[in-house]
Amino acid sequence: MADFNVNLRGVGSVSVIDVKGYLDAHTAPDLENVFNKLLDQKQFKVVVNFNDLKYISSAGLGVFMAYVETMRENQGDIKFSNMKENVYNIFDLLGFPILYEFYKDENEAIHKFIP
Amino acid sequence: MNSANKIFEKEIVVKSTTDNLALIREFTKSSAEEIGFSDEVTGKIVLAVDEACTNIIKHAYKYSPNGDIYISMKFEDAKFTISITDEGNHFDPNKIPEPNLREYYKQKRVGGLGMFLMKKLMDEVKYSTITGNKNQVVLVKYLPR
Repeated sequence: MADFNVNLRGVGSVSVIDVKGYLDAHTAPDLENVFNKLLDQKQFKVVVNFNDLKYISSAGLGVFMAYVETMRENQGDIKFSNMKENVYNIFDLLGFPILYEFYKDENEAIHKFIP
Repeated sequence: MNSANKIFEKEIVVKSTTDNLALIREFTKSSAEEIGFSDEVTGKIVLAVDEACTNIIKHAYKYSPNGDIYISMKFEDAKFTISITDEGNHFDPNKIPEPNLREYYKQKRVGGLGMFLMKKLMDEVKYSTITGNKNQVVLVKYLPR
């Protein structure tokens, strides 16, 4: 019933994940599958574009926490972009801005990987 | 309905599957809106109820889809009370420490965030065991007068 979509695309050496709709305990496994695919392909530079994400619960936040260290150990990272205020507020409540980079625009985030 | 004096009561019973989270959120959203909470506060209440039910599905029923989750909502004297009851495994919320994100990050731990969020989002969060071996979490939000 929950309406969630995840799409993966490559921009140069960076993988961009577009998330859309509602990310909760029901839909978080769809996002995990994409991260597992990236690990299989040894793609560690990830930007998550939140432009169309309407809702996130801790189950969704947990996915980013579960994968970020592996990405960083392999000279990559998970960076966030285009987040709506209501979604950002949840990340903020849990202290994510200390540990993750947030960008207004996807290109800005991508360019941080390609100096 | 936009008055703090009116009484509002609603109840829903759903099976313990994550499939039902969207339905639970819709039920919570329409109730909070009907009572007169702002969009921002309604969003907080919806997330808190989602987290409470997610915890029940994961921990009380351990993903078994046949458990029942009873959600009752009551609004009286500016106090919105949401009682969520299950008949699954008991868990002691006092044994779950408040998460430190930096430590979580190091340990790759991803649980425990839900309860922390609920406390941040609501005015009151209380866990109890009620008759017949049921677990109950009561969430309270006050409507600004």
